[in-house]
Amino acid sequence: MKAHLTRRYMFSASHRLHSDEMSEEQNRAVYGKCNNPHGHGHNYMIEVTVSGPVDERTGMVCNLVDLDGFVHQQVVERYDHQNLNLRPEFARNVPTTENLCIAIYEIVKQGFRLAHLEKIRIEETMMNSFEYAGEKSR
Amino acid sequence: MVYLTRKAEFSASHYYHNPEFTPDENVRIFGKCNNPNGHGHNYTLEVTVKGAVDPKSGFVVDLKQLKDIMNREVLDALDHRFLNKEVPEFFTQIPTTENLAIAIWQRLAPKLQTAHLHRVRVYETPDLFVDFYGEA
Repeated sequence: MKAHLTRRYMFSASHRLHSDEMSEEQNRAVYGKCNNPHGHGHNYMIEVTVSGPVDERTGMVCNLVDLDGFVHQQVVERYDHQNLNLRPEFARNVPTTENLCIAIYEIVKQGFRLAHLEKIRIEETMMNSFEYAGEKSR
Repeated sequence: MVYLTRKAEFSASHYYHNPEFTPDENVRIFGKCNNPNGHGHNYTLEVTVKGAVDPKSGFVVDLKQLKDIMNREVLDALDHRFLNKEVPEFFTQIPTTENLAIAIWQRLAPKLQTAHLHRVRVYETPDLFVDFYGEA
């Protein structure tokens, strides 16, 4: 039997939305107050959804200890209380929550082998959320 | 096709233990969930059905019937129970959230007539939930 398991994690980080390919004026027009040069922050809520057959011996898709360990070490510790713009993955990519979704998807997809990654969902605030499920969802 | 979701809550206790594992393996794999005295959760259940909207009633499913089926087949059997000791599915299976979602699906699917079961979602805590879509 195949089941989907979703786990939520939190981290807090700052960012500034700004593209070097646009003029200062264009950046202000596109990103509004998110373009504030000093940056601003969010409490990000990350949902990681994995799937797979339920192991008959353990009753689990994967052991939560393993998933928690991986996500804490590779995602939460990487981004918590950091400025996203200073991360190498956002040196050329604007750290929108769309791009953060894709970055976290790639980290989990490439590093976590104990279940199939279905999607990453991020709530930037209570009023907006973003999902990325790989290229197949496009 | 329209999807309709109904929520319910139940509280139950459980513990994780596989008699085929050694005591050390049980502790290593299941951690504090292996405590034989059990521990509990407030579970939230979301049952999603899908179907065409009946032109006469405007319903995908009669909500009262769905609520009665959920109460009778699931909540009466699970609420305020020790899952390992009182719910037959878990005499042999480990009552993980994964197996709980599958068991609830299997209890509900044959009882629903007009609408088809689409998804059973079980929250063990606000930070952990399992979806089962009836996939083999």
